[in-house]
Amino acid sequence: MTHFVDRRLNPKGKSLPNRQRFLRRARTQIREAVQKSLKDAAVADIGKERKIKISAKGTSEPRFRLDPRASGERDFVLPGNKEFMPGDQIEKPKSGGGQSGKEAADSGDGEDDFEFTMTQDEILDIFFEDLELPNLVRTTLKETPNKIWKRAGISTSGSPTQINLIRTMRNSFGRRLALHRPTKKDIEALESQLDAAEQETPVDGDKIAALKDRLARANAKRKWVGFIDPIDVRFNSFTEQPVPTSQAVMFCLMDVSGSMGEREKDLAKRFYMLLHLFLKRRYKKVDVVFIRHTHDAQEVDEQEFFYSRQSGGTIVSTALDKMLEIQKERYATADWNIYAAQASDGYTQSGDARHCVDLLNTAIMPLCQYYAYIEILDEREMEVFASEDSGAELWRAYRTVADEWPNFATKRIAKPADIFPVFHELFKKTENAAA
Amino acid sequence: MTTLLFTEPEWDFQTLDRTYKAIEDIALNDLKLDVYPNQIEIISSEQMLDAYSSIGMPLMYNHWSFGKLFAREETLYRAGYSALAYEIVINSSPCISYLLEENTMTMQALVMAHAAFGHNHFFKNNYLFRQWTNAEGIMDYLAFAKKYISACEERHGREEVEATLDSAHALMDQGVFRYRRPPKPSKERVLEKRRRRAQYDEEAYNELWRTLPAGIEPPSAPPVIDPEDEFSGEMKLPEENLLYFIEKNSPSLMAWQRETLRIVRNLSQYFYPQRQLKVMNEGCATFVHYTIMNTLFDRGLITEGSWLEFMHSHTSVVFQPDYNDRRYSGFNPYALGYGMMADIRRICENPTSEDRDWFPEFAGSGDWVGTLKDAWANYRDESFIQQFLSPKLMRDFRLFSLFDKADEGTFKVSAIHNENGYRAVRSMLARQYDTGIADPNIQVTGADLKGNRTLYLSHGMHRGVPLHNQTKELVLSHVERLWGHDVKLEEQAA
Repeated sequence: MTHFVDRRLNPKGKSLPNRQRFLRRARTQIREAVQKSLKDAAVADIGKERKIKISAKGTSEPRFRLDPRASGERDFVLPGNKEFMPGDQIEKPKSGGGQSGKEAADSGDGEDDFEFTMTQDEILDIFFEDLELPNLVRTTLKETPNKIWKRAGISTSGSPTQINLIRTMRNSFGRRLALHRPTKKDIEALESQLDAAEQETPVDGDKIAALKDRLARANAKRKWVGFIDPIDVRFNSFTEQPVPTSQAVMFCLMDVSGSMGEREKDLAKRFYMLLHLFLKRRYKKVDVVFIRHTHDAQEVDEQEFFYSRQSGGTIVSTALDKMLEIQKERYATADWNIYAAQASDGYTQSGDARHCVDLLNTAIMPLCQYYAYIEILDEREMEVFASEDSGAELWRAYRTVADEWPNFATKRIAKPADIFPVFHELFKKTENAAA
Repeated sequence: MTTLLFTEPEWDFQTLDRTYKAIEDIALNDLKLDVYPNQIEIISSEQMLDAYSSIGMPLMYNHWSFGKLFAREETLYRAGYSALAYEIVINSSPCISYLLEENTMTMQALVMAHAAFGHNHFFKNNYLFRQWTNAEGIMDYLAFAKKYISACEERHGREEVEATLDSAHALMDQGVFRYRRPPKPSKERVLEKRRRRAQYDEEAYNELWRTLPAGIEPPSAPPVIDPEDEFSGEMKLPEENLLYFIEKNSPSLMAWQRETLRIVRNLSQYFYPQRQLKVMNEGCATFVHYTIMNTLFDRGLITEGSWLEFMHSHTSVVFQPDYNDRRYSGFNPYALGYGMMADIRRICENPTSEDRDWFPEFAGSGDWVGTLKDAWANYRDESFIQQFLSPKLMRDFRLFSLFDKADEGTFKVSAIHNENGYRAVRSMLARQYDTGIADPNIQVTGADLKGNRTLYLSHGMHRGVPLHNQTKELVLSHVERLWGHDVKLEEQAA
């Protein structure tokens, strides 16, 4: 006998473990491919689901196969003869593709590049695989700890919404049994007996009286012994448990002045986009403060930071001032790990670089866990400033800060392809990193 | 007046059941098919993709290559390049057929006829399947394999297991016995062996050994030589089943790795008949669905509309593009298999004088059911083509054969579909389907187990065709990983 089985409701994603294994296997290729695809992506598309093309190397599955092209001879049969007669000679197709028919006829398993779609989560996982915020420490104990509610068994008191019905009914049932509470059925039985006794023709007064008495007592007992008594009731109990958290704030400082061309701004934005995605994905509790500056600095929201335009002169120190101001106002060092990333083209009003260095050395660096400075150059400049030592005013000034503070990093970016390696270097996972 | 089985394209389980019964009636009474019990499962497209990626089996151990397959299929499917198969059918008892929920009722009927009767009959009756695969046991074995591999992963680490599986997969094509049924100790014999061993231990037990100081082992028991034991005694060389040889003789594999190799080998063996029977298997299923659907229509059980829908689908399934067509990718097994079987029916019913010359045994006999059932049961692709491909079909397909010599710039047309060429073309096509010729013939010729432990392989070249060099090196590195010592492959003119 046949049977039909409806499997449509069975759990899907049976091949998910296989997919994970595959992604792990092809990790190197995928990372390369993701970086490459990132290079051409618009700022808004970074970190979206996308198609990835990887080379078959590393995920190839070699088998022994014959290579009739190399040497030897063979016969093969094809369909669809239109003009050939025995003895005709046919030009061989050029090796390496071309005439699809005969190529495929030989052996169908030539492996090319391999294209498939990755979800955002998978891409980001691979992106940020071995990155973390450096020097993150657990902040002081007086921080308001995060709390979560945890189940803590059963209690006799609680709010009505938390009644545990099963426990309550079980208690009630046990108590009713123990105290012999007459059931509804018992009452009905007594009533019908009483009815029958009253119908009987020689009326048996004693019997009726006895039955009435029993019925009255049973009814009374049902009243005394309640169906549910307050002592039966049980509640699910929850307790608050503190969860230690480390709080961190990331200040993103970006120069949007006129000297930053579209290209530079785009590079800077890409860098911050990556940073933003990274923080959002890996640290649930990280605050991000966006500050952009020209000759004047302002705090803006994410949307404005990434997508709006502004122009003007350049005074870098205004951004640092703004950062300090916000930090004092909202992020006490005792409670917060403070990080900052600054992107600029390296030009500022003359004399301002000095001021910046002072600010950093005296005020900012003592507060910061880590400060990353990214200078955006054009590719010609990148060649001129091949050495770390030479550079524009701000770069040279910042180098002195870097010499003094080990947690101050400077990097240069000239093209989209640099972004990921620089990012990766700045946020590399280190051995002794605190959890 | 018979009532129609269905008129709407939507299906439900009552309609499926009613239709199934009508199809079953035709299959069993008219075509006299002999099938395993059927189990028909409805699945969604996503589940179909899942099934694809584990080579069509409902249960499979985990491995990245299946994930790769899934990613590829999914991308193709999502982009609309490839449609999903309408069905997947598994050679097991009961025979499990998967129907896609998106199929219309006509398609469900077609697919039931195709899979649940066509393939099913073929699985149950073809001699290769009967000889080589154990339809009752496959699901249990797969369940065991899945559990075993995941237990190994837990115990020995995912990387280790993956590496072993990679290497085993590389040798999958060389992991089959081609010419003998693999020795399979019956359950009784295994039990008997176990009993004898226990008995020996009991008899050899001696209180005296307990008095030995710690650290000194009692002399080990002399090996019990079992003449029936496939593992004992000398290596049998040459050995064509590389996985089997390595499993039994590798100096470096751990027990779990041997078992893993065994699992891969058994799977490969399970699929081996399917590779030799592509044309016949699909041909049989296609012929059966064609006959059944037409009978349903003739009996007034399906509407003209659904008959047209069926014909549309059928003709695209059996379409064979010409060699110079952009769509050409080798012979379409559906087209060739169906074409030959429909041709056999024609020869039985309306033979021409040419057919009478070529097929005196059955031309005009009228008994096409019997002839086909005999062919389905006793032939494989190679012998089936050699025996039954008729001149008419060769003309229809316009077959021609080319002679290819590697160092020449041109192919030579050696035979075409004419009086002089029929037999040559037919044998060449048959040989193209002979896995013994199409697969490289690689054997273990020696293993220096007492010396430096080198494993010697040889490739017997057929007509001077060598192995593809790059893949050869890659596969050999896998063999070395399994063997644990040097491996030498020699290519010899056979």
